Amino acid sequence: MSAGRPLAFTNVRIVDPASGFDGPGAVVVTEGVIADVVQGGDLGGLSKDVEVVDGAGKLLIPGLIDIRVKTGEPGFEPRETLKSAGRAAAAGGVTTIVVQPDTSPVMDEPSVVDFVLRRARDIELVNVYPAGAATKGAQGERMAEIGLMHEAGCLYVTDADRPIVNSKVFQRVLSYAKAFDTPVAHRPSDPWLSAGAAATSGEFAARMGLPNVPAIAEKIMLERDLALAEVTGAKLIVDQLTTAAALETFERAVKRGVNATATTSINHLSFNELDIGDYRTFCKVDPPLRSEDDRQAVIDAVASGLIKVIVSAHTPAPAEEKRLPYDEAAPGAVGLETLLAALLAFHHEGRIPLIDLIRTVTSAPAELLGLPAGRIAKGAPADLVLCDPNAPVVIDADKLMSKSKNSPFDGRMLQGKVLRTVVDGRTVHRA
Amino acid sequence: MSGAPTGLNEVLQRTFAFPKRHFLSATDLNEIEVANLLDLADGFVSLNRQTSKKLDLLKGRTLMNLFFENSTRTQSSFELAGKRLGADVVNMSPRSSSISKGETLIDTAVTLNAMQPDLLVIRHASSGAASLLSQKVGCSVINAGDGQHEHPTQALLDALSMRRAFGRIAGLKVAICGDVLHSRVARSNIALLQMLGAHVRLVGPPTLIPAAAHRWNVEVFHDMRKGVAGCDVVMMLRLQLERMDGVMAPLAARVFPLLRPRPREAGPGRAGRARDAPRPNEPWRRDRLRRGR
Repeated sequence: MSAGRPLAFTNVRIVDPASGFDGPGAVVVTEGVIADVVQGGDLGGLSKDVEVVDGAGKLLIPGLIDIRVKTGEPGFEPRETLKSAGRAAAAGGVTTIVVQPDTSPVMDEPSVVDFVLRRARDIELVNVYPAGAATKGAQGERMAEIGLMHEAGCLYVTDADRPIVNSKVFQRVLSYAKAFDTPVAHRPSDPWLSAGAAATSGEFAARMGLPNVPAIAEKIMLERDLALAEVTGAKLIVDQLTTAAALETFERAVKRGVNATATTSINHLSFNELDIGDYRTFCKVDPPLRSEDDRQAVIDAVASGLIKVIVSAHTPAPAEEKRLPYDEAAPGAVGLETLLAALLAFHHEGRIPLIDLIRTVTSAPAELLGLPAGRIAKGAPADLVLCDPNAPVVIDADKLMSKSKNSPFDGRMLQGKVLRTVVDGRTVHRA
Repeated sequence: MSGAPTGLNEVLQRTFAFPKRHFLSATDLNEIEVANLLDLADGFVSLNRQTSKKLDLLKGRTLMNLFFENSTRTQSSFELAGKRLGADVVNMSPRSSSISKGETLIDTAVTLNAMQPDLLVIRHASSGAASLLSQKVGCSVINAGDGQHEHPTQALLDALSMRRAFGRIAGLKVAICGDVLHSRVARSNIALLQMLGAHVRLVGPPTLIPAAAHRWNVEVFHDMRKGVAGCDVVMMLRLQLERMDGVMAPLAARVFPLLRPRPREAGPGRAGRARDAPRPNEPWRRDRLRRGR
């Protein structure tokens, strides 16, 4: 690790969505900050104590920002710790993670936020920001200390997987959070239609005899969320849009000027319900995988810019929570390490331009949450990823850094290898 | 085979190729394998009607019944079949075992597997449980019902009943009526009967028929009278109240007033009626009793 030593990337292809630049260049890093960016050319003479990395024409992009990550800390350390998640993130080129509040205790007050921030500082791997719970215990009843948690360093509030059913509570959360300009993230899902569901309604779920939720459950709750966001004027993050029907609703609202940003997960972009196959519990995620029509609609929405942010929805679940009959198995998939390669698939397929793909995991989430990172510009934090977008990789779940190996990408052949990950000028991963 | 009736002996002489290790779904078999199994079963019918019912085809083998859900008919059928074929049969039921102490399905499977059984027969409330088990044990697994997924041996039995009644299955019109949504028997029957060339109809209220059922190459009827008209076989499924979260149809007793088969209106031939769980308190049946039919 070269903590203090200046670093220079030469002979790289810089892709920086924030400035729209895609071309050859070089970058110099000193004291954790990007000191110089040379677009098009190369660096002049450098002093001897600079560590020079010859990129050999490979890709240099801003470090990825993943705004929906679960670790198990505090409370569920056998699933994942901040440290193991940090290692996984570094290996995947993710330099900033926003951790979800459904820990034990629930992150619903400043002391738990402090704990997580302190632990992350001690571990010194990637940047960790917490998302606070919107309601006490994420129970959807009483409002949590949104203001105090905001001061303590929370980037947004959410009850994570649990929908806030009570519309009055949700309206108040939105109104209150607006005072601090704190976004509120909510996963749209009708709680009654989705109760107990393990798959999306359709021929597949019916044939396999799986308890299922109609895709429309997402749209139903989204309509409410958008209506309340509109009347309160609060900043809404629509957590994981996954269905065509909900996308229509969302598009209408955005055109009307509702202050809402939609995310989707890499799982819903990469898999459809048929990937569940013979009850593969690694493909059990929440919301459940959708039909191929829905998946295509979500890819189109990312391509058109309607969905601005892509998340890994990293949810570690160890074997004992996954090796169960399908409807008893825990939902969720790890994704930090596979996010970049899985994303690049859409570039290789020619579906989405490279710079637009990178934007969804760098400058777009940075802009959404007001982070200084996510761009390659003079003065910005030196969070950088050098990667070979064409290198073939076969995902082997057993080799992942995460404590839990529940990756639906296990065995998948992808392209894209992280060569080096730099956080605040520190090299945290090197291939 | 000594002790076997002549008909059965003839079938036993044949060599069956059965390449699969497990029997988890009706679709695990092809048409020829089904025909062979039904021939064999036909032979066993006569065996079961003679005084000495015992053979030693499975001598030295161990069959374990692993029933996580209550069962009377299926479990005793497997027990009896195992015993009559000469196997050692062990019955496990979760309430008296360590499942209630928090052991998972896999824990139990691995433990039982260490006892070297030859055959595990499993019934479980979760769809896919039999498949999961089959991936973790060294012996053969028979699915005796997994959640709302499949119950393939019941489908074989129903196919046998139909073949014995009509002499064939191809071309038969079969109406499966009632709670298709929750029925694993229906799913296995649809797959098997279609493979054997029967025309399958599903009859029931829209809330109890999967919305995607039209993609299964079946005819869907929401009117009982029209649904059973012209059918050779009417299959009645009971309402699986234990699987319904909330109300799927108004008042169980009157769930679907038309869920009362009138066999007279069924086909010109003799309409056979296969029943799943004939119980006196079945709604349609109670209705019949009340009306003194």
